[in-house]
Amino acid sequence: MINGEQNKPYKKVADIFPDENPKTPDSIFIVRFYTVLFYFLKKAKYGKINYMKRSGIKELKTIANILRQDIITTLNTAGSGHTGGSLGMTDIFAALYFNILNHIPHQPDNPNRDRLILSNGHICPILYASLARAGYFPLVKLKTLRKINSQLQGHPHAGSLPGVETSSGPLGQGISQAVGMALAAKMDKKHHHIFCITSDGEHNEGQVWEAAMLANKYKLGNLINIIDRNNIQIDGYTKDIMPLAPLKDKYITFGWKVFVINGHNMKQIVATLNKAKAFTKKPVVVIAETILGKGVSFMENKYPWHGIAPNEIETKKALAELRNGK
Amino acid sequence: MLNKNKKLQSTRDGFGEAILELGKKNKDIVVVSADLAESTRVHHFAKKYKNRFIEVGVAEQNAMGVAAGLALSGKIPYVTSFGVFSPGRNWDQLRVSVCYTNANVKIIGSHTGLSVGPDGASHQALEDIAITRVLPNITVLAPSDFIETKKATIAASKIKGPVYIRFARHKGPDINTNKTPFTVGKANILLKGSAVTIVGCGPVLAEALKAAEILAKENIKVEIINSHTIKPLDKKTILKSIKKTKKLITLEDHQVVGGLGSAVVEMLAENFPVPTIMLGVRDTFGESGKTDELWEKYGLSDGHIMSAVKKIIKK
Repeated sequence: MINGEQNKPYKKVADIFPDENPKTPDSIFIVRFYTVLFYFLKKAKYGKINYMKRSGIKELKTIANILRQDIITTLNTAGSGHTGGSLGMTDIFAALYFNILNHIPHQPDNPNRDRLILSNGHICPILYASLARAGYFPLVKLKTLRKINSQLQGHPHAGSLPGVETSSGPLGQGISQAVGMALAAKMDKKHHHIFCITSDGEHNEGQVWEAAMLANKYKLGNLINIIDRNNIQIDGYTKDIMPLAPLKDKYITFGWKVFVINGHNMKQIVATLNKAKAFTKKPVVVIAETILGKGVSFMENKYPWHGIAPNEIETKKALAELRNGK
Repeated sequence: MLNKNKKLQSTRDGFGEAILELGKKNKDIVVVSADLAESTRVHHFAKKYKNRFIEVGVAEQNAMGVAAGLALSGKIPYVTSFGVFSPGRNWDQLRVSVCYTNANVKIIGSHTGLSVGPDGASHQALEDIAITRVLPNITVLAPSDFIETKKATIAASKIKGPVYIRFARHKGPDINTNKTPFTVGKANILLKGSAVTIVGCGPVLAEALKAAEILAKENIKVEIINSHTIKPLDKKTILKSIKKTKKLITLEDHQVVGGLGSAVVEMLAENFPVPTIMLGVRDTFGESGKTDELWEKYGLSDGHIMSAVKKIIKK
């Protein structure tokens, strides 16, 4: 279930932010009521928690399109921020928050939830949009990104916003925290998964490899690292700034199970992430080959779009493209 | 006064005992080690609570991040290494992964100060108080002896949020007794006097006590405050003493820039400025040598403290 309007293309920017008063409290209430009811029914039946409904492939594609529009309008309103990486990881975030993750948006502190750690914090617009659409907080809050007194900080701050697990921004730190969480889960014999999103440029940081070694040492089968492999970092192409290839081989020699996927093929994303969850012998890395700025033709693979926000004209153009349904 | 007959013990040994006690009492206590388990005295914990001992290897940045992750999952991790490496090498991880999130991580920096001795300047943490106390959300403790370190280690587990505790390697005399109270944020008056207030922290306080003994024979009575908590500073106790003596000497085995002395002087500058002498390392690196030799050479020994007292009472 997606928070806000569903399957309905937005006509104008204002539609995405249905002003101060979102007209959805009733539907949110109903959704929550059923989620809670389901929780108790399932708990009674299985002694287990029922998590958020899992969307099918077709629905996930629609959700991804809505999330992309959210990113464009949110960043346009913010006036600054990282557009390219956010759009590039949208399909994966749609798959995670609306199919893969075991989570209950109105119970952000549920101890049995799957964790999603965003290590490359600068692509938080896609995290915020996903959380809002999943129902962690009202959609209107997206308008406040990067503004004074906002819960939506320019880079994520744990504790400010429901669903944000860690503070991130300085690269390389999320993966260590994910390893810590995976170790804690193992100590407590819990069965949830820790997903960590890292970027390829982030792998320049030595800390990532320190964490990778440790995950192998403790055979953290509950840890899944998803790498946004778009071959671009802030100053240019990764092959020029700091070559990472062969990334797959590096992880294999570090003792990880490796999957390489097309980060925009929804069917493959869902299938692979399910396989990754089922694989419990050692940590799993999913190298997701993505296109920076995916979905907006004039942004795709253009590294200047790593760290800037669209202006009014670019926003209109981008939204028009997205609405024409890719 | 100093108990000269008792065998000397180090602050790190106090930590080793305390962490073992904590591990028994509280199942959430976890130790994260960066290949210095024996040096930081967590090797006994490692043997006894294997499941709650994480050895990350020589990787302090990862150690701090892993600790943050453990804390965000409800554990109480103690990250242990030398002060120069943690919080030295992993300060960014301390800032963002731990302090910004207000994660419940305890950072143990052993081998701090010149008192590290023969290992030399690269291993003598003289900046750790400065770089930790500048961070929001953190509590900074610098216990002075074996007993106080035990108490500080246990007290830290009860604080919800990041705590940095600095220890020393060298074996020093007991400054406190088992009965000496230890409350985070509440400084202890070790000696009452009216001529001058000496505010210090760590094992180097023993030098102040030695100096005070000699000065007392000359009828100069100094007041010595053990400010084991550097952040939050015990404003009340220090101000009360300063209003009485109107003279201040600060003492620490750390750079004078940014350390305990700075914290005290910052507070007094806003409230009650008085003539001050700051004893500590003055914008230089240390070197190899014995603790006593180093304290003598860098101006922290009892002789230097006596001269400072005599100088300041004339002001």
